[in-house]
Parts: sequence; structure tokens; C-alpha cells
Amino acid sequence: MPQSLNYLKETPSQTAGPYVHIGCTPNFAGIKGVYEQDLGASMVNDKTKGERITIRGSVIDGNGMALKDALVEIWQADSDGLYNSPFETRGTADPNFSGWGRSAGEMDTGEFCFHTIKPGVVPFTDGRPMAPHITFWIVARGINLGLHTRMYFPEENTANQADPVLGRVEHKSRVPTLIAQKDGNDYRFDIHLQGELETVFFDI
Amino acid sequence: MQKAETAMKNEKQQSGPFIQRDRNWHPPAYTPTYKTSILRSPQKALLSLDNTLSEMTGPVFGHSLIGELDNDLLQNFSQNGDLPIGERIVVHGRVLDEKGHPVPNVLLELWQANAGGRYRHQKESYIAPLDPNFGGCGRTITDDDGNYTFRTIRPGPYPWPNGVNDWRPAHIHFSVFGQGFAQRLITQMYFEGDPLIARCPILNTIPDQAAIEQLVAPLDMANSLPMDSLAYKFDIVLRGRRSTYFENRREGN
Ligand SMILES: [Fe+2]
Repeated sequence: MPQSLNYLKETPSQTAGPYVHIGCTPNFAGIKGVYEQDLGASMVNDKTKGERITIRGSVIDGNGMALKDALVEIWQADSDGLYNSPFETRGTADPNFSGWGRSAGEMDTGEFCFHTIKPGVVPFTDGRPMAPHITFWIVARGINLGLHTRMYFPEENTANQADPVLGRVEHKSRVPTLIAQKDGNDYRFDIHLQGELETVFFDI
Repeated sequence: MQKAETAMKNEKQQSGPFIQRDRNWHPPAYTPTYKTSILRSPQKALLSLDNTLSEMTGPVFGHSLIGELDNDLLQNFSQNGDLPIGERIVVHGRVLDEKGHPVPNVLLELWQANAGGRYRHQKESYIAPLDPNFGGCGRTITDDDGNYTFRTIRPGPYPWPNGVNDWRPAHIHFSVFGQGFAQRLITQMYFEGDPLIARCPILNTIPDQAAIEQLVAPLDMANSLPMDSLAYKFDIVLRGRRSTYFENRREGN
């Protein structure tokens, strides 16, 4: 027998279940007075730099029904492409932009909504630029391990064409599942868990 | 933007990609004995990629976020100072990474049913009554050694619509932030000795028995409070960072 590597195993995931909102957005769930405000409810203030955008969308199951019990989180760079993280080594991000948002979805429709800014360009592992993108993380009852994906911007066609991550999608017909649609002044980004339109999810 | 989020930590620390996730250790997406997963499980191959900065970084919260009673579920929803019904317990543990390093500044959010197995939620219809003094949510942040602690009541088991007579073992849900968004995790903690553990369709989505046992918190008499509360210890392991000393860099980087 060789020596043991002595690494620990990551704690296994379990579904967020139907009551994730009690723990993550208690005010939304009607549990008032424990936290002043639900975490991640607002990402920007009036001093935040960058172009204000709104993103809406639904998480859709294999029957085409929108989930009403999902929790969606996003993480993104500021308008200069810097992350508001202690592990951002390239500079200091806009202190008026958290970079992280959380949406429980509308009570009736389950539609998520984020008021944020358009992110700047972040380098890939080899230094090439990645097209502006927002990382999404989706949990819900029936989802055993949180799902990672990304949203890209439809007006960034040239940057998207050169994006090293989109370039890794083997079936090019699936790339549009990662690109939001312009909906008036807003963006629409529906996430399909299954079926012909299944969103590309990441093992990352 | 709320004040708490401007209080994110800003000192520079070692960055780097996280060790690849062992997907055989986690439950697969499609687990038909847990029926809701059938229509909510991706069926196409995932896109496997090494971390970029977008996953190596993530939100980190400051201790100023946490209110005095946030980790005390006995008191954080108390009406007129009355306490909730149930077995008083302390839940504590450490957050480590796969290399055994403690992870500081990890935000843990938890939620649970009351002692009768009832959640405070409008979609919840179980016959067990609500407890007017129990909200069922709490949060805390790990200290410099990765330690955390909560005080609560032991949740009750509850029936749920899956099979005709499926019951959830007593459990506490945990939402865990790490240092990078790739570490983001939601899981559930169970209690040593619960006979419902072996019968639970949700726990049994996990293929490896040793992985199931990793979610079962042992009774910890050493940290129990005499004449007050029993304690359970629940350690949490997040993905570790890979060493990058010998990483190849393309020219110009
Ligand atoms: Fe539960």
C-alpha cells in the first residue's frame, strides 16, 4: 500500500428542497424580523459605475413548466472586469458594486429578476479575453447538486465568437442557450433544465 | 446595496483554481426514486472546464453582517421572550477544504422545521402545528480557524409526497459560501442514530455509503451543556485549491 494522500472528501450536496427561501430569503418567505433585509436583494447603489441592466428569466423543467421554488444566484465582474473578492489580485473592484445577487423569483410566476450592471471583460486562464458574462447558480427542489452556467450578451457577437469558453461547446447549436435575448431595455435569460433547448451547464 | 455587502473582506490572499469536483461522491442529477428530480435533471453532458477567475472568486462576507441573534434560533423569532418547544441543541463544527485547511469567513445559512416537523412556509400543509416562537432560519460566519456554532431545537421528522409513506429524517439544511463561487454548496445535516436515515429517498440519491455518513452529525457530549443542551458536531468540507507553482503559462502572460 502506498501512503495515503490524506485529502478530505467534499461534503456531498443535497437538494435545497421546497423551503430554501426560509433560509436564504426569509423576508420574501414571510419570516420577518430575523434579518433586516434578504441577502443579495440589491447589487447596486446610485454610485455604482457602469451601464444599468435588468435581467429576467425563468427556470423551466422538462415539461416546459417554470419552477416556482427555485433560488437563482449570480456572480459577475464590475464594469472594469474586476471581481469584488479578496481573491481578485488584479486590482480593486468598484466598492459600490457587490457583484453577487440572489433572486427567489416572483411568488406567482417564479420569474427571477436582477438589477445590475453590464460586466467588463475578464481574462481566461491563458490571458485571452472572455466576452462579458454573468455566472449563474441554480438550486431547487429536485436539483441534487447546484447547477452552474453562464449568461452572455446578444450585442457582443464578435466577443462571443472569440470567447474561449463558448468555443469549448462541442455542439455549436447549443451556444445560443448561453446567450440572453434582448427584451425591450431588459435582457431575458431562460434556463431550460431538460429537452431540446437544455441549457449548457458547467462542470467547473 | 446593503451595508453588509460593502463590508466584504478585501485583503489579498492566494488565489487559484479549485480541485475538480468528484461527481461520483455527489448525488447524480437523475435519481428516479426521488421523483422531483426526473423532470429537473439536466440530461446532456456538462461542459467540463478548469476554473477561470469567474469561478475562483466569489462573494465573501464580513462578520459585521451577522446580528447578535442570527445564530440563535431559540431566540431569533421569539415572541415576548418565550422559547420554542423542543430539544435544545448546539450544532457546531469546522469548515475545512479538501486539503484540511480551515476556511475562515464562510457564511453558513441554515433552515429547518420545528420540533413537530413543520416549516414556517405558506406552501407547507403538514398537520403538525407552527410554533409561534420558532422561525427556522439562522446564519453565522466561520472564525479564523473555520469554526462555527448555532443554537436551535432539534427538528422533527416529517412526511412528504414522494412514495406513499416517505418520511424525511430529522435534518437541518445548510447553504455554504466559500471563497470562490465554484465552492458554493447546499447540503443537509442529519442526526446520529436516526432510523429514518437508511429509508430516506433523498439521502439515498447519494451512491456511496461513506458519503452518506459524511452528512450524519455525531452526538458530541464533550460540547453539550450540562442541564441545558445536547451538542452535535457537523464538519463541512469545501473544494480545495490546487497548487499552481508549476503551472504552464503561455508566452506573454
Ligand atoms: Fe427539509
